[in-house]
Amino acid sequence: MMDLAGWHPIAAATDVVRRHVFHGQLLGREVAVWRADDGFVNVWENRCLHRGVRLSMGLNDGRELRCLYHGWRYANRSAGCTYIPAHPADAPARRICNRTYPGVEAAGMIWSAVAPEAEFALPEVLVGTDPLVLRPVSVNAAPGVALSMAEGLVPGGSVARGASVLFGQAGLVVFVQPLDAHRCVLRGVLLRQPEDRIAALRDHDGLLCALREGIEAAGEAAPAPLEVSFQPVDEALGQMPARGVGGGELRVQVTRKWAAAEGIVGVQLRALRGVLPTFQPGAHIDVHLPNGMRRPYSIVNAPGEEGYTIGVKRDDAGRGGSICLHDAVRQGDVLAISAPRNTFPLRRDSERVLLIAGGIGITPMLAMAQALAVQGIAYALHVFARSAAHVPFAERLEGLAVTRHLGLDAAQTGAALSGILSGYAFSHHVYACGPAPMLSAARQIAAAQGWTEEAVHLEYFANPEAIDDSSAFEIALARSAMTLQVPAGRTILQVLQENGVDLPSSCEQGACGTCVCGVLEGDVAHQDVYLSASEHAANDRIMTCVSRAKSARLVLDI
Amino acid sequence: MAQDRGALMTELCNDPVMLEHWHPVVSLEELRRHGRCRTMLLDRAVEIVAQGEGAVVRCEAALVGSLVQYGYVWASFGEAPKPLFAVPEFDEADRRFVVTGVFGVQVSAGRAIENFLDMGHFPYVHAGILGEEPHTEVKDYDVEVSQNRDEILATRCRFYQPKAAVSSDAGAEVDYIYRVPHPNCAVLYKSSPMDAARLDVIYIFVQPMGQERIRAHTGMCIIDDASSDLEIRSFQQTIFGQDKPILENQYPRRLPLDPRAETPIRADKSAIAYRRWLASKGLRWGVIPAGV
Repeated sequence: MMDLAGWHPIAAATDVVRRHVFHGQLLGREVAVWRADDGFVNVWENRCLHRGVRLSMGLNDGRELRCLYHGWRYANRSAGCTYIPAHPADAPARRICNRTYPGVEAAGMIWSAVAPEAEFALPEVLVGTDPLVLRPVSVNAAPGVALSMAEGLVPGGSVARGASVLFGQAGLVVFVQPLDAHRCVLRGVLLRQPEDRIAALRDHDGLLCALREGIEAAGEAAPAPLEVSFQPVDEALGQMPARGVGGGELRVQVTRKWAAAEGIVGVQLRALRGVLPTFQPGAHIDVHLPNGMRRPYSIVNAPGEEGYTIGVKRDDAGRGGSICLHDAVRQGDVLAISAPRNTFPLRRDSERVLLIAGGIGITPMLAMAQALAVQGIAYALHVFARSAAHVPFAERLEGLAVTRHLGLDAAQTGAALSGILSGYAFSHHVYACGPAPMLSAARQIAAAQGWTEEAVHLEYFANPEAIDDSSAFEIALARSAMTLQVPAGRTILQVLQENGVDLPSSCEQGACGTCVCGVLEGDVAHQDVYLSASEHAANDRIMTCVSRAKSARLVLDI
Repeated sequence: MAQDRGALMTELCNDPVMLEHWHPVVSLEELRRHGRCRTMLLDRAVEIVAQGEGAVVRCEAALVGSLVQYGYVWASFGEAPKPLFAVPEFDEADRRFVVTGVFGVQVSAGRAIENFLDMGHFPYVHAGILGEEPHTEVKDYDVEVSQNRDEILATRCRFYQPKAAVSSDAGAEVDYIYRVPHPNCAVLYKSSPMDAARLDVIYIFVQPMGQERIRAHTGMCIIDDASSDLEIRSFQQTIFGQDKPILENQYPRRLPLDPRAETPIRADKSAIAYRRWLASKGLRWGVIPAGV
């Protein structure tokens, strides 16, 4: 019986070199081992969840691993899928996540376990040493056989705790890495750095090879290989839903809070335990604030970066969310947040991308610019702000293709936008986030310069329109088989939530797109700024937080 | 990975779905060059010997049912094999028929067919030829399972291709139609760069040697009087040479029919229809049936 809980060395630290993917194996399971540029060592099941292609053939871009077959991208640390090139306009909303194993780098080796019952603890014999890692020697024998025979084949050997043999006088420890039931690797380390490194490597390599010959010559019948089954993906992933639903709450700690610019704080959040779910550029999280409010904030992180960083502008005239974050939340506080949702996905099938940020609208644009820069797609980031002191995250802007437009009035901003938006061509896309007047101007200028509606992507902070909630109508829920009345003064979303129908929502003013619902019958009175004019005309989706019915009845696909 | 190794190597295929189909065993071109061919079909060693215009197929001295069609010798161990599917374009006199090669691949037939139906990999696996980044989108297309013809048809497929026409270096969307008229055979129709009104025909006929071992016979029936046979062949060999390492690194090697075994997306509609179609036939050989 194989011990699935035990920690074993699976590679030398020097095998996991920059931008490389190492193909390893532990107890019959193949693993793809790769180091991100931030130093984190990922140990993943060696199989893309899409079509089963080995991830060890993939490309490590330092932040994400790209599958060779269809270019799916998986994030450092979380192993979540961040981008599916076949559907560039969609955020991979479903939680597509590779199976991961724990990985620890210690004593010049990468250690992992299939199903650990305890945290990694460095074997006692290695504590406080600066070992020299020898060349691994693979052996065609059962790991247990190799272990017990190694003890007898070299004088003075004794099996230490775990799967290792200690040769006291030589200062040599041999770890037996169980590849499978019938194969293993001898991973030797010298506990002290020898004076003559080359000679020591040669001598001990000879010793390990002799050990292999001795073990294999004994000719013990090797057991059959382990049966390894692949865990099925969860039921939702096996089907093809059009859209996933954001998950429950996460607990995070504020690990850093700093003045990122005039009137803007940066807030860095880390998971209390484990790894936070994968985010994509354009995604936001809802932060549950100590004052009971829940506010959406865009994630500014680069691909594969640890934790989430958000930027919050103080808005004294706002509803109080930003003031609470500025004044009440401190470093070390624990907050609840939602999993990231992406209602502003970035297409990466573009020849050129324009990113236009107004004020604090820079936050999703930063995430996009960093992703485009890593992937090598041509882009230009234009930042509009009152002054240089009002532009946050200067350290992230370094090295990005950024142009600052400072202190412009409305007319000057329009002129600058006209210049930026000239020269539209096929496969160009523009993304903009900022104050409503600026976005309206951008939309008009883009249309006048020949940009197609599909190529213009806008994210509003808030809905600038006054919402008319005077109508009363009936909604029928096709999938839930319920009929409900929406009176004047209440929204569809409120009525749904009061009746126990779970629909995620975030901004609740028709700007973010989270509470979208399909429409099967009836005419919609759209009041949101999320959907485009042609999407409004299509009459097949509704933002349930603000939009209402023109007809007496709406049939919703929920 | 471990579970694929040595599995069922000694057992002969007794799956009625496979036994009741015709399978390609050798192209006439290859057979005429060598006079005879020894190969494997459904775990059995077979020998094909040229005889007149046709061929005789034997398995351990016993005669095996055979026919000659579409430039290939087809064999079946069944008593009343299902008639071979129709590809009318083979009879159009102005088309060139070119056998572009036969490729041994360590994979199941189903994985090879699924790869043939797949457009999403063009910009990655066939970069600069059949697709090119950043044009990676698989636009919505239609898939139907034709009941009376018992085949899968994917229509309205479009994909961006660099240098789509001989006359121009510019990229453009190319139209594709895919047919799967046989569990191990697929035919694709693609806009002809020479004649905008007609479609080129490209086929893959997979010879299942074992559950995880195939010979893929590929060829074309095209409107082209400019390219030499060698050019057409080396083009297709380049394409298949790019697919082979992907196919041989897919795990499990057999095609999983359980919908939860892998993660489909909308672009995989034709593959999903194909897996369901195989499952509905009750196929168990060369696949991992659902619920196992």
